[in-house]
Amino acid sequence: MRHCLTPLDFTTQELDQLFDLAADIEKNPGKYSHACDGKKIATLFYEPSTRTRLSFEAAMMNLGGKALGFAGADQSSAAKGESVADTIRVVSCFADIAAIRHNKEGAAYVASRFSGIPVINAGDGGHEHPTQTLLDMMTIRQLKGRLNHFTIGICGDLKFGRTVHSLVKTLARYDDIHFVFISPPELRVPDYITDLLDEKGYTYEECIKLEDVITKLDLLYMTRVQRERFFNEEDYIRLKDFYVLNKKLMRRAKNDMYVLHPLPRVNEISVEIDKDPRAAYFRQVQYGVYVRMALILTLLDIHVD
Amino acid sequence: MLNVGKIENGIVLDHIEAGKAMLIYHYLHLDREDYQVAIIKNARSNDMGRKDILKVECDPDTISLDAVALIEPNTTVNIIKGGVIVEKKKMDMPKEVFGVLKCHNPRCISSIEQELPHIFFLADPKRKIYRCRYCEEKYSAGEREKWFR
Ligand SMILES: [Zn+2]
Repeated sequence: MRHCLTPLDFTTQELDQLFDLAADIEKNPGKYSHACDGKKIATLFYEPSTRTRLSFEAAMMNLGGKALGFAGADQSSAAKGESVADTIRVVSCFADIAAIRHNKEGAAYVASRFSGIPVINAGDGGHEHPTQTLLDMMTIRQLKGRLNHFTIGICGDLKFGRTVHSLVKTLARYDDIHFVFISPPELRVPDYITDLLDEKGYTYEECIKLEDVITKLDLLYMTRVQRERFFNEEDYIRLKDFYVLNKKLMRRAKNDMYVLHPLPRVNEISVEIDKDPRAAYFRQVQYGVYVRMALILTLLDIHVD
Repeated sequence: MLNVGKIENGIVLDHIEAGKAMLIYHYLHLDREDYQVAIIKNARSNDMGRKDILKVECDPDTISLDAVALIEPNTTVNIIKGGVIVEKKKMDMPKEVFGVLKCHNPRCISSIEQELPHIFFLADPKRKIYRCRYCEEKYSAGEREKWFR
């Protein structure tokens, strides 16, 4: 039985198959609308994340299946002290596949060890959030037509942003990608990421100002600075509006420099560029549903001709 | 050299860096068992100058040597059964260690989930880096006391 705990659970070949399937779902949604008739997904959200949970539930419903689950630990058996291991054993009797989100790192791995059904990690604390990475990759592939030979700028909180770490680790298996890390010095990318790039022979640069590098980027991945990562409010206030991507900056960027963002955004992307054809962050959400549909089919080993 | 009698069944840990035998004694939790134990400190050694030796009379299969490998990978292990050495080996970096290191990341699932074994895996054999199986927190030898259970 297969689980999805980190994006690295898949080889690049398997990722290609997954993205091919997601792209076919986008083109021919009707073909897949009964693929999961009679199947159920359990969404076990110990910590609330409405957007991600709805995306999983929509994905299953688009495939003809149903969804059940809980959101927020206080409504669930976890509030009564039940372990993740026991919860997944029980849920295995109700559902065919589970998506689990938990604020503790490694929770999805624990679930997979005791589960009778495939487990998808829908976010485990600051550790991994593989479906976010898969939808980021799918977006890049659909917009650029490839997952190699480009310069990607990654901007914002590169220290605590798990989506960034996961994306870099996953991209660092494709050819000829140049990384440009743009962050305030306090939030620079951790050494283990740059060590990994050094080891694998990727080129990268680090800088502070987005305007210094925006002209050379083929893609720009923006992230927000999260309040909960900071111990003192002053640091947060000082850094939260460090970057604001606006029309003026976008004028200097290439005509096909797409802007991605894991959402929700705060002030780092001005709403004035939402209508710019290069603003891809809402399309990302749509790709997220397709990728989750493809993932559910793959883990359940369901093939549609 | 100080003379300590031969053992019938047990393990002899040889070529321990001088001064580390007590540490190994501690982390093998030998203080909790009633085995006969001999610790020889600062024994003369041709290749090491000084070394420590630890002898334990016990059923050799009951002792997990993962802790030894983490503290002192250069140790030679002699397994003795019926008064003869049945196996002599250098310690290897184990691929996984069970129940030796305890994850100290407060955000790790192992901090709240009951009955979960503490597992670390060898993430980078070249740099001898171990990480928690659950949260991938890095074990650093410099903070050994914090990490060993
Ligand atoms: Zn851990």
